[in-house]
Order: sequence, then C-alpha cells, then structure tokens
Amino acid sequence: MGEPRGDAWPRPDGLRLAVGTLAVDEAEALRAAVAEARRIRRPLGMVGHASKAFLGGPGGEPLSTLGHRGIVDYRPEELTLTARAGTPLAEVAHAVAENGQILPFDPPRFAGGVGGEGTFGGAIACGLAGPARPWRGGVRDAMLGVEIVNGLGERLRFGGTVMKNVAGYDVSRLMAGARGTLGLILSASVRLQPAPAVEKTYRLECDAEQADANCRRWARLPLPITGTCFLAGALRVRLSGSSQAVAVARAEMALATEDDPAVWEEVRDHRHAFFLESAAGPLTRVSVPRNRRFLREDALIEWNGCQAWLSESPPDELPEGAFATVFRGEPVGAAGAGNTADYARRLRRAFDPDGVLNPGIAS
Amino acid sequence: MPKPHVLRRLAACLSPGGLITDAHAVRPFETDGLTAIRERPWAVALPETAGQVRAVLGVCRDEGVPVVTRGAGTGLSGGARPRRDGVLLTLSKMRRVKEVDLDACTATLEPGVTNLAISEAVREHGLHYAPDPSSQIACSIGGNVAENAGGVHCLKYGLTVHNVLGLRVQTIAGDELVLGGKGLEQPGLDLLAVMIGSEGMLGVITEVTVKLLPLPPVKRVLLAAFGDLQAAGDAVSAIIAAGIVPAGLEMMDNPAIRAAEDFAAAGYPRDATAVLLCELDGPKAQVETDTERVRQLLETGGAAVRVARDEAERERLWKGRKSAFPAMGRLAPDYYCMDGTIPRSALAQVLGDIAELSAEHGLRVANVFHAGDGNLHPLILFDANEPGEADRARALGDAILRLCVRAGGTVTGEHGVGVEKLDAMCEQFSAAELDQFHRLKAAFDPRGLMNPGKAVPSLARCSELGGMRVHAGKLPFPHLERF
Ligand SMILES: Cc1cc2nc3c(=O)[nH]c(=O)nc-3n(C[C@H](O)[C@H](O)[C@H](O)COP(=O)(O)OP(=O)(O)OC[C@H]3O[C@@H](n4cnc5c(N)ncnc54)[C@H](O)[C@@H]3O)c2cc1C
Repeated sequence: MGEPRGDAWPRPDGLRLAVGTLAVDEAEALRAAVAEARRIRRPLGMVGHASKAFLGGPGGEPLSTLGHRGIVDYRPEELTLTARAGTPLAEVAHAVAENGQILPFDPPRFAGGVGGEGTFGGAIACGLAGPARPWRGGVRDAMLGVEIVNGLGERLRFGGTVMKNVAGYDVSRLMAGARGTLGLILSASVRLQPAPAVEKTYRLECDAEQADANCRRWARLPLPITGTCFLAGALRVRLSGSSQAVAVARAEMALATEDDPAVWEEVRDHRHAFFLESAAGPLTRVSVPRNRRFLREDALIEWNGCQAWLSESPPDELPEGAFATVFRGEPVGAAGAGNTADYARRLRRAFDPDGVLNPGIAS
Repeated sequence: MPKPHVLRRLAACLSPGGLITDAHAVRPFETDGLTAIRERPWAVALPETAGQVRAVLGVCRDEGVPVVTRGAGTGLSGGARPRRDGVLLTLSKMRRVKEVDLDACTATLEPGVTNLAISEAVREHGLHYAPDPSSQIACSIGGNVAENAGGVHCLKYGLTVHNVLGLRVQTIAGDELVLGGKGLEQPGLDLLAVMIGSEGMLGVITEVTVKLLPLPPVKRVLLAAFGDLQAAGDAVSAIIAAGIVPAGLEMMDNPAIRAAEDFAAAGYPRDATAVLLCELDGPKAQVETDTERVRQLLETGGAAVRVARDEAERERLWKGRKSAFPAMGRLAPDYYCMDGTIPRSALAQVLGDIAELSAEHGLRVANVFHAGDGNLHPLILFDANEPGEADRARALGDAILRLCVRAGGTVTGEHGVGVEKLDAMCEQFSAAELDQFHRLKAAFDPRGLMNPGKAVPSLARCSELGGMRVHAGKLPFPHLERF
C-alpha cells in the first residue's frame, strides 16, 4: 500500500486541507471491497451518480464511490486541485469558479443521474470533454496524479500535484477515459486554468462547408478562440481573453452578431434543443481527424470539425480515421483497431489480472 | 555474449554499412548526455526504415538479445546507455520530415528528426512546434517523445505529451502499433499517453505526428530583480494566481546571476539575490495588458523591474539565462545537474533548504530553473580531482531529490529516470507501485528485452548510482544552449 508522502512537510500558506478520518476509512473500505471481490471472484461495477450509464453499464456487483467525497487540496496559486472520486462535479466547478479558475476539460454534466449530474471520478474515468477541447485540452491533458485501487486490491499513487513529472510510466493520464477498467480512482489531481477576463459568443450565418472553411483559416492564425459550434445554418464562435484582445480578434474575424453564451453549456450537457428534440431516438458522436471533413447540414459540429453529433445511428461510411461512439441506441464494436486492442487487453490484465473491475465494459 | 551468426542475421536486416561492431567505431555511442556512465555496445544498428527496425527487433526477439534505442543521445539520465550484450538501435538515419499538413496543422516525422528542424520546416507558414528543450538543435523528436521533454515555453504550451497527436511504434513482438493519428480522441485505452515518457521501455517509436501552432505575433520580456528569495518565490505564485500564464517564467539565484553576467554581460544586477525572467506572448492587445499587470505584481512584490524595449534587448536578457550552464564551468571544474519538481509555493522554502544542505556538504550550489513549473535544476559545483568531492556531490544530489519528494514533488521533471535516478525512484514509489510499473511494461515486452534495467528499479536492487559530471568545463554538446 502506498505510504502517505509529503505529510511531514510544513504546508505553505493558502493550503486548504480537509482530511477527515471518515473519508480515510472510506478509501480503505473501497480498497477492501476490491480485495474481497478478488478473493471470492465476484466482479464489481464502480458507480458514482450513474449519469453516464447510457454509455453502457459497468456490470458486476455495484460499488458506489459516493461516500468517498470532498476536495482534498485546492491551491489556487498552484492551479492544482485534488478531489476524491465521489465529489460532485458541480462542487468542484463551484469551488474553482469562486477563485476565477476553470476545469480546462470542462466535463459534461448529464441530467438523469442518481443523486447528481456526475462525480469527479466518473468524469475522469469517462474522459469526456467540453467545447474547448481543441484549445484547452482534454481530461488526459489536465491529469497530474491519481490514487487508485487496482484489481489486486492495492492502493497505488502515481504522478502528484506538480506540473512536470516523468518519474515512472504516465499511469495518471492512462486512467482518463479508461472507464474504470484499470483501477478504481480514489482521488485525482488535475491542473486548472485561469478563467478568461472576458468571454464572448458570436454567430455567423453560413452552411457547414463555409463554417469549416472559416474554422480552418482561423486555426492557422493566433486568435483567442475557445469554441466553435455549427448547427442549423449558423456557426457560433467563442472568443476568450482580455477585453481588448477579444475586441481586436472580433474585428479581424468580421464577427458582427453577438449571441447567447448559454449555448456552450447546453451543448456540453446535451440540454440543447438539438439533443432534446431527438431524445427518443439514437445519438451518435463522430470523432474526426483534423485532416478529414465530416460535413452535414443536419449535424451539430464542434471542435473545429473534430467532433460531430448525429441524431441517428452511426453512418455506414465515415471519413478515413474517423470513428463513431453511440451515446444512445445500439452500441457498435468498441475499443481500438486490430493489434492496438490486443495490447489494451494485456494492459488491462496488468492492472486487473483476475477481471474484477467493471466486467461489463468491453476492451 | 551473443554469437557471430546473430551479427550476420542483424546485418542482413540493414542496408550496407548499417551495422557497426568495430570497437573503435562504436566508441561515439558509449554514452549519452550523462557522460559519467559509459558502456561499449556489442553492436550498433542504424536502420533507415521502420521495416528495418522491425526486422532488427525480430532477430533480437528470436535470439534473446537486449535492445537499447537511441535517438540523438542527448539524454541526461543515461536512458540510452548501451549494453555490452545488446544492440544499440540508433535512429539517427531516420530523419525525414514525411509530411507537413497545413490543412490539419500537423507534421509527420521520422523519429530522428531534430526538434528544431520541425519548427524550421514550418516557419514559412507562420507555424511552429511548441516544445523547445534547450537541446533542440540536437535532440530527436523520438527522444523527446520517449522522455516527454519540456522546454522554456511549456508553462503555456505544454509538454511533449500535449503536442503529440499520433505515433507508430514497433514492439518486440513484431507488431506495429498505430496510436492516435491526426484526431483529438481515440477509442479505447489511451496507449498514446502511456507511450509518451516511457523511455524506450515499451517499444521503438518510428513515426511521430505533432501539432503545429501559429507563431505568436508579439513577445515581451520582463526582468525582475529581488533582494530576497521568499519575495521572488511569492512573485511567481502571485503571477500565476492573477490568472496570467506567461510563455516562460525562469529564475536564477545570485551565484547563477554572477556567473551568467561574467560570461554574457546580459545586464543583470550582480547584487540581486534572485532574478525572474518573464516572457509574455500572443496577440498584441493581450500581451500589452498582461505586461502591465505583471509589472505591477512584480513591483508590489518588491522587485526592480525592467521591460525589454526591443528585440535586441529581449535577446540579450535571454542570453544571460541561456549562458548560465556554460558559465558554471568558470566557477568549478565539475558540476552535477539535478532535475526535481516541487509545488511553486514551496520554492522559497526548498531553495532555503538547498542552501542549508549545500553548507552541510561543503559544496556550492547554483540555481537556474523553470520557476513557472516549479522545475528545479540545482547545479552542484565540485572538483572531481579533489578526493571525495564527487561522492559528496552525489550525496548532496540525493539529499536534494529527497527534499523535492518531501515537498510533495518528484525526482525528475523532464530528464527522465534512466539509470541515474533508479535509487530516487525507490524513494518516491512503494513496492506495490513499482510492481505495477513492471507489470505494465510486461504487457508490451514480456521478456524484458527492451532497455532492460532502466527507468524502474527492480525491487531487489535499488542501488545503481551515477551522475552527470562535467569535467574541466568540457560539457557534452558544448555547442548547445544550456537551460
Ligand atoms: C545541453 C542539454 C540541454 C537539455 N535541455 C533539456 C530541456 O530543456 N528539457 C528537456 O526536457 N530535456 C533537456 N535535455 C535532455 C535531452 O535533450 C532530452 O531528454 C531529449 O528528449 C533526448 O532526446 P534524444 O534524441 O537525445 O534521446 P536519447 O538521449 O538518444 O534517448 C533518450 C531516451 O529515449 C529513448 N529513445 C530515444 N529515441 C527513441 C525512439 N525513437 N523510440 C523509443 N525510445 C527512444 C532512449 O532509449 C532513451 O531512454 C537537455 C540535454 C542537454 C545535453
């Protein structure tokens, strides 16, 4: 078991520490649950708020992380935050917003969960990112450290809270998007970013083709863009920075019409009309390489064209290198292509040799 | 010792002249940037294509021969140290820029392309590759990926891991893994992330696709002189807490300032306890706002501040920083470069503790480092010709790394573990954690033929030692800028 490290060190000012004995016991209880599951060979399925259960359930005997909650360490002047897995995302977002900071990956908060709209641990395990993904990075880009319980029932720590760390393999980033198949995330440390002074949303009427051409032209220029979203004959663009920088960029890009900034959260959380109108039917995400185009007037296209949403099942034809993920509807074959999947399976066995963690998630 | 027929098989995999076994000819390959550690390789293989790499790996797998991959050999932790019973797979002949894709803003490279060559290849398009280790004129992109290299500008633009979109990797089993590509997401586990920083332990990287960013239109540099370490450390935190992300934020202490000033006449105040160099870049309007705010923060923090008026002054201020390492050669015959990272807010405390340790061990230490990331590079000055000094330097280095771990930091921020920091790894990780690392490696390399004995110490033996020693001002790679 990992020894607590650094505890003897005098804490610098401004550190907020909230280690309760109860929470410590909760981590130990989670560890013991995994160890016991391994002993009796009865797999576990880790759940937070189950807000992303539609992506496919974890299978196994449910094990809730909700008891293990709370922000352990938040240092605004370090731009780092460590929180336990069961902490509601809303609580984390609120804490950082109070200090003028943001979670750079801006994870979605889906309604329909049990007891909340997503936990911190769940957000990391699922690895989903919001509208600023191409500019502020995804979950993996913000990861600094994790504490996990592996399939052997061992508590392990990797990484830490510092910005640069190349000691050992980068297990922290590997946890992002692994959907709990490599370990139960007890807590995680992430890098934050300062919130911009000003954030403005503009709207440009155009078709999908013109929207794409604009996005690609802008990507080659040093502009303070932090979001693009094409939908129903209009491209929305978000600019962030100092008020002067945003004003200058707006003029340069000839963005005349200001629009409602609510669109970004609505799209992120699938509360936008595009997602609600088709709520009964299938929903597919298409991930598109930067050198390919997936342009359709009836799609919602974000991330400079790298992510498209369709209110239908995955199309038969996708651009080369693109892949589809089913968010609602009949799942398609998951995981990577060919031999990559073989290595992914071996890696999973390296963390969970007896297959006790999230058996329902294919690899 | 492997047999002659293996050499014949290896040679058959390569182009004529692609296999070097002559004792004299392999000498340049005996060491990387950590010159204190040397070993003669049994054979040096110089493949020209990914196919040749795969063929060499196949022979090594069949014959049970260890493989050490080498890029440009600028690594500072002995990661590319050869083995007497192994093949040194050197990728310096694979240096083609395969593609610059202006539509996607990506470049696809063979592993031996130097870091700087990427930015040079795309500058005419107003683009650049952001991570800029100071070894950038020599180090290879494959080596950057294997070490997750950083640079002066990674505070704002991220490390190698944030700027690489795709890799092709050859495994010892004979598979070619295509990880990532030109997209942002990939299905399944993020094998791309785990390959970056894996120090040649999991496979051989034969192709890298990187992200290209627009060149910043404006750059501005501020120089702040402090009379007090605590104030300088606090100023770093104050800038970050104010929501400003400088392109670079570097600190030097007094011994480093004096040495650099003597060497480069950059115009640093010789009597300052510490100086901070802060570079801001981006669109003009943003840079102007930020420069004014940083100036105020620094002045409030008690610093005397100067803003470079023009490009020439900006370059002069940077020249002082870049000269700091070669300048050390004038202070002592040898130095040992450390690479720990700590939380920024602990900077003043740790620097104070390093000063105490320095006095205790009777050796001077100069500090020149990436303050914005909390990445320390303490330089321990010594004279290897004085009996016992080299050992004392090593002991002081170990004590400094322990300090970093205790401050909540890590034993290596960007130079990697290699063979140099195997002991320190035992300090930072529990037995169960090290075991998990070994199992992770085995998923890619079950027989342990890839770079054996590096990066992760065996549980039984945590005792290899080494050091980057620079003798009589003779640096490895003397033509490189030092950070
Ligand atoms: C003067 C000087 C300044 C430096 N400044 C910095 C700095 O600012 N920031 C920084 O991060 N580092 C710095 N370094 C360290 C070094 O340059 C980097 O670690 C660099 O990334 C190493 O690249 P290389 O091609 O020389 O790799 P090598 O030294 O050849 O190899 C390093 C490691 O990578 C592995 N490897 C190399 N290529 C491959 C491949 N294609 N596939 C798989 N594994 C591979 C090797 O096995 C080895 O473990 C500096 C070094 C010097 C000498």
